[in-house]
Amino acid sequence: MSSSAAAAPVAGGVGTAWLWRVAIYGALLLFAVIYLLPLFVMLVTSFKTLDEIRGGDMLQLPQQPTIEPWLNAWGTACIGLTCEGLKGYFWNSIRMVVPAVAISTLLGAFNGYVLTKWRFPGHRLIFAMMLFGCFIPFQVVLVPMAQVLGKLGIANSTPGLILVHVAYGLGFTTLFFRNYYEAFPNELIKAAMIDGAGFFRIFFRILLPSSGPIIVVTVIFQFTNIWNDFLFGASFAAGGSSPMTVALNNLVSSSTGVKEYNVHMAGAMIAALPTLLVYVLAGRYFVRGLMAGAVKG
Amino acid sequence: MTTATTIDSTIGWLQRQLPKLVLAPSFAVVLLFVYGFILWTIYLSFTESKMMPNYGFTGLSAYARLWAQPNWYVALQNLGIFGTLYIGICIGLGLLLAILLDQRIRIEGLLRPIYLYPMALSFIVTGTAWQWFLNPGLGLEKTMHEWGWTSFTFDWLINSDKAIYTIVIAAVWQSSGFVMAIFLAGLRGIDSELIRAAQIDGASSFAIYRRIVIPMLRPVFLSAFIVLAHMAIKSYDLVIALTGGGPGRATEVPATFMYSYTFTRNQMGVGAASAVIMLMTIAAVIVPYLYSELRERRHEQ
Repeated sequence: MSSSAAAAPVAGGVGTAWLWRVAIYGALLLFAVIYLLPLFVMLVTSFKTLDEIRGGDMLQLPQQPTIEPWLNAWGTACIGLTCEGLKGYFWNSIRMVVPAVAISTLLGAFNGYVLTKWRFPGHRLIFAMMLFGCFIPFQVVLVPMAQVLGKLGIANSTPGLILVHVAYGLGFTTLFFRNYYEAFPNELIKAAMIDGAGFFRIFFRILLPSSGPIIVVTVIFQFTNIWNDFLFGASFAAGGSSPMTVALNNLVSSSTGVKEYNVHMAGAMIAALPTLLVYVLAGRYFVRGLMAGAVKG
Repeated sequence: MTTATTIDSTIGWLQRQLPKLVLAPSFAVVLLFVYGFILWTIYLSFTESKMMPNYGFTGLSAYARLWAQPNWYVALQNLGIFGTLYIGICIGLGLLLAILLDQRIRIEGLLRPIYLYPMALSFIVTGTAWQWFLNPGLGLEKTMHEWGWTSFTFDWLINSDKAIYTIVIAAVWQSSGFVMAIFLAGLRGIDSELIRAAQIDGASSFAIYRRIVIPMLRPVFLSAFIVLAHMAIKSYDLVIALTGGGPGRATEVPATFMYSYTFTRNQMGVGAASAVIMLMTIAAVIVPYLYSELRERRHEQ
């Protein structure tokens, strides 16, 4: 694994080398503290009372820890005109993210299969066109999309958002499966064809059983992206069908009177927990997805 | 020709076309939702649409009005400041962290996920957290005062001239770990023989990095730049959550400009024109990149 100029003392001498090691560890730990600080502050603030927030410093641990802000953010905080907390919006997000991830992953798997094992003239252009769709600024499709969703009668609804996320997630899911299946030996496919296996049988019997890792990568990537989306949610699902991110933003920005920072932080933690949990459980796959999305080919 | 053979040949044709038929729905969706909608928006940018689309062609008048908006220049200037600092700092910090982590660090497995976790968060969560963290009345400033540093002031969040830099700070916090990860992968891909040879020749670590390692990372720099540039141009969520485009319009960026002109100021034509300009800017970065990436693959095969 490790390569590079690692640990080569810069200017001789065991003492200087040791000093360098200490400096490197010190710098790395300092950065780790900086990266963790906002999360730490968010977490401790969400367990403090408002009085304690006004009185003490934000890095201090809660003196009288309370879960009231969490209960409030989940069940009773006012968002817009209703005071039922974030729970409804949390389920909106779940209802949106599960079908959207499942459909876009399945379609991506089929597309990747066709684009590597059943190539036809122009397959490269089609792939490039699908891939470009991932990078467009979505501002350029907002108005037409709002019109079409309105015509289809699914404006301001979860099914509408599912359609949107499937449409703009296809490029990435296709990319993941295409690159993965590219490395899959063609000889196995040819042998199966000679044995008389058809298009679907080859896919379900040969490719799919060995697609575990890339399915995990794709599902995590799509889950994170769709859960974290704000622009589409804010544009196409106002009011009661809003996803979690939109509701959180409304909670934080529109509260009148006293700003309940502890409730805001608890709300932000609730919005962050699903993706953080996935990251903690399967960080390796999450990073692989990010890298595949960044470093094409 | 009998009916049976016609049916047989139809089935045969269908079987041969099956792969294309499976791909077709996805491709149709992309054609309509990406390319069709882009053309639709381009057309809208040539109209005087106000609150609702209006399909009377009026030439370049929406573009003329767009470039007459002082707000649009504020948005472009902010994107310039934000984009330059965001890309520059992320790449610098990402490379630094990657090089430090590549020094046979025993706790690398512990540190790497810490640098990267913000990438799993929504920009709305990041914005909410940093809005609180940088809040002059209660956040960092107050904490410093509590600790006895009473002259410490940090009011960038509510200062029109400085607010854009708070967006840079939060965005760098969110993305720099990811840049670290792609640099680290690049470092691990470098042939260690090369470095050993240079060490035998007596080159210092610093010289090895400057002369050998960093030049070899050129493709990684390019990838990082492309990803960060397109994220910078698209950034919307973080601005909304952290400053809401304010104070006043001080942190307006093209994405927030487009949204407010289209949906709240009832100038859809101008909004569409700004969206088209955003698209062209991103296309200028992405299209050559995708073209070269996909072409390289053809040579390999």
